[in-house]
Amino acid sequence: MKFKLNVWRQENAKSAGRFEKYDIDGITSGHSFLEMLDVLNEKLVMQGKDPIAFDHDCREGICGSCSLVVNGRAHGPQEAATTCQLHMRKFRDGEEINVEPWRAGAFPVIRDLAVDRSSLDRIIQAGGYVSVRTGAVAEANAIPISKDVADRAMDAAACIGCGACVAACPNASAMLFTAAKVRHLNLLPQGQPERDMRTIKMVEQMDAEGFGACSNHLECEAACPKQISADFIGELNRDLATAMLRARGASGNASAGG
Amino acid sequence: MALQSNCPTGPIEQRWEKHRFNLKLVNPANKRKYEVIVVGSGLAGGAAAASLGELGYKVQCFCYQDSPRRAHSIAAQGGINSAKNYQNDGDSVYRLFYDTVKGGDYRSRESNVYRLAEVSLNVIDQCVAQGVPFAREYGGMLDNRSFGGAQVSRTFYARGQTGQQLLLGAYSALERQVAAGTVAMHTRHEMLELIVIDGRARGIVTRDLSTGKIDTHVADAVVIASGGYGNVFFLSTNAMGCNVTATWRAHKKGAFFANPCFTQIHPTCIPVKGDYQSKLTLMSESLRNDGRVWVPKSAEDCEKKPGDIPEADRDYFLERRYPAFGNLVPRDVASRATKVVCDEGRGVGPGGLGVYLDFRDSIERLGKPKITERYGNLFDMYHHITDENPYEAPMRIYPAVHYTMGGLWVDYNLMSNVPGLFVLGEANFSDHGANRLGASALMQGLSDGYFVIPYTLGDYLAKVAPTSTAKDVTKDHVEVKAAKKVVTDRLKTLLAVNGKRTVDSFHRELGKLMWDECGMARNEKGLNGALEKLPVLREEFWKNVCIPGMGESMNQELEKAGRVADLLELGELMCRDALNRNESCGGHFREESATEEGEAKRDDEAYCYVAAWEHTGEKTAPTLHKEALEFEYVKLSQRSYK
Repeated sequence: MKFKLNVWRQENAKSAGRFEKYDIDGITSGHSFLEMLDVLNEKLVMQGKDPIAFDHDCREGICGSCSLVVNGRAHGPQEAATTCQLHMRKFRDGEEINVEPWRAGAFPVIRDLAVDRSSLDRIIQAGGYVSVRTGAVAEANAIPISKDVADRAMDAAACIGCGACVAACPNASAMLFTAAKVRHLNLLPQGQPERDMRTIKMVEQMDAEGFGACSNHLECEAACPKQISADFIGELNRDLATAMLRARGASGNASAGG
Repeated sequence: MALQSNCPTGPIEQRWEKHRFNLKLVNPANKRKYEVIVVGSGLAGGAAAASLGELGYKVQCFCYQDSPRRAHSIAAQGGINSAKNYQNDGDSVYRLFYDTVKGGDYRSRESNVYRLAEVSLNVIDQCVAQGVPFAREYGGMLDNRSFGGAQVSRTFYARGQTGQQLLLGAYSALERQVAAGTVAMHTRHEMLELIVIDGRARGIVTRDLSTGKIDTHVADAVVIASGGYGNVFFLSTNAMGCNVTATWRAHKKGAFFANPCFTQIHPTCIPVKGDYQSKLTLMSESLRNDGRVWVPKSAEDCEKKPGDIPEADRDYFLERRYPAFGNLVPRDVASRATKVVCDEGRGVGPGGLGVYLDFRDSIERLGKPKITERYGNLFDMYHHITDENPYEAPMRIYPAVHYTMGGLWVDYNLMSNVPGLFVLGEANFSDHGANRLGASALMQGLSDGYFVIPYTLGDYLAKVAPTSTAKDVTKDHVEVKAAKKVVTDRLKTLLAVNGKRTVDSFHRELGKLMWDECGMARNEKGLNGALEKLPVLREEFWKNVCIPGMGESMNQELEKAGRVADLLELGELMCRDALNRNESCGGHFREESATEEGEAKRDDEAYCYVAAWEHTGEKTAPTLHKEALEFEYVKLSQRSYK
């Protein structure tokens, strides 16, 4: 198979980027998309040119490193798959393919197709944990958790933190990511003591990082390689509303008592 | 130099407790004066950095990925062992200990393995408290399954994503400490040199992979948890970035490398599809619980569709050879049996390098929904990659490099022979002997990180004055500057070669050579041949590699080149170790040492030791040090799964 590629090239965060055209031949339907880029990069290296920088690591769809917008879609045309799981059999021979990085203000480009997603780590730092010290914990079976709840928490926890939801959103909102992280812990009994604080702080941090607001386009759900349900966004909004009401009530009580 | 394992003595079930009591403590007010470097943020490194930060030490944690949550522990699918005995099926700490020593073919330390089994109980408690959503039964209790080679159900799991969920637990604990200010996290940073001053590990040199900036970091101790070196084979189930550089640099600064030839070939991976293939994908061996492994009885049937081959013409070779364990024999045994049928010409798929893993009978017995619930994401993954639907036709699988049991030598405190250098998880050699059992890597990583290093590191630090007050080593120290110069010179040299071959072409050639001569089966002639070819390949690399661009920016070819340069050196040590060990044990199969039935034959008289190699210089052969292994509790016997 052969393809015409338009690939986004950018030296660093400060320089202006541009599309470069590349013709590539000798690709089979069994090549993964990233293996196709490997072939192109080896060719570029042999020509003494800079290969295309892109993030990738496990190449089995779980680490969340790979992050390409292919023909305008985050992770490309295949549903429920990361870019590394996308194969060239999904494209027509001779097809023209556009390859871009995640585009969002909160994800500055480092080089070419690699972006800085540390904003997602900072959302976790704001409250995406249960505050337990190593060793200071109860016997694992001391808290029964119904299978339904555990399964639902697992549905949320399946998020791989790739950021496709942000890249797909017209507002570059990180609501699906934040909702998945918040709801995973808020669903479980272990997450209850810090529930309100976690919800408020993680949403605040998401805003502080410059992610946009959610206006229910649901592109995030369509792009998510792990098919995280946008229902979690509704649940996050509910958790946030109750958390803020309770926070207001608590401060009201405090002043009344004072 | 005699290797001191520093294992406690006395009754095995009291050793760790006794040892913990004897370890020195650092006064709570003094902890913040000590700085600790942690290299790697997977289960071992992430858990260590979080736990040490929580104790009050000043921790700097480094990972090459763009987030600590992406360390390759994340890809572990199947599960984590723990001797909870929730199933009431006869499990115990002692049984997990016994199984692990036996499964490792009697090439690990009893004391270490017993401690591992003991703290496995705490690990599950810890993970559950963090909110790890393990699979549960309808009554709300934790579910277990039986896993690779175990006759009890002691494996905890979270769908097919156990590694990810455990890592997210450790990562959340780590990010909590980052927020608390006890841990400084450096993502997209790679350790390129260890700084050793007056015989003690005192820091590291790193490269910022985004900007190319070389920096030095000084500390009171260095903890390496950088994973394994399976990528020496080019094709493996490791992530693309997994590398040996951190441990190899430490090795060249004096840390002994133990049992480098002990590599694990995992039996159930998706077969290679072409020359362009960049990595291999594991299919969790939990699939062997419900899938049956077979090939046609006759080589002539190999081209037929599997559905057209009648039952009578199928050879369920694991069930035939190992009736007691059947499809659940340990990994090394299953991989070798697969190689045997493929060598006989009965393999299926491209090149005859594959066997069937068939769910037909399970789907009939349990129904498709049950199979989907257990393995849905694995089936989807297989479907994505191969374009074949495993609900309709059997999967094709073939063994692939998966894990490395060898690593830097450590004592019972997980400290290497270089004082102040600690090594955790897959990066050390200590607990799995010559073969790791399924679901034991996650157990070891978290045990080392959460429940061993917080105690043993304190014992070391209590005996040294903190750098922050002693001021004996700063960034201006002559040794620190020298280490930095070594790194910058090396990168300059690599960039200046300007040759005609890509880094990947060297890596592929190295991988093929290692797979052919130091893979599933090894012999003297092949290993000697590899030892002649490897120095030639290495020399060509330094004369003919081509790396465009510069050092002062993101340069992924330069990153790869540095890693491949180290893997080229490691490959030689692996072959040397494999050549020295003229016995078969676990994943190390020497063709010269087999039973009449073709099973691995150990030689306990000659090789019941840990082979720890000392680097002596670029032009001289490494020196072998032997740590004798003594077994007081487990009886050495020929492993039999028949």
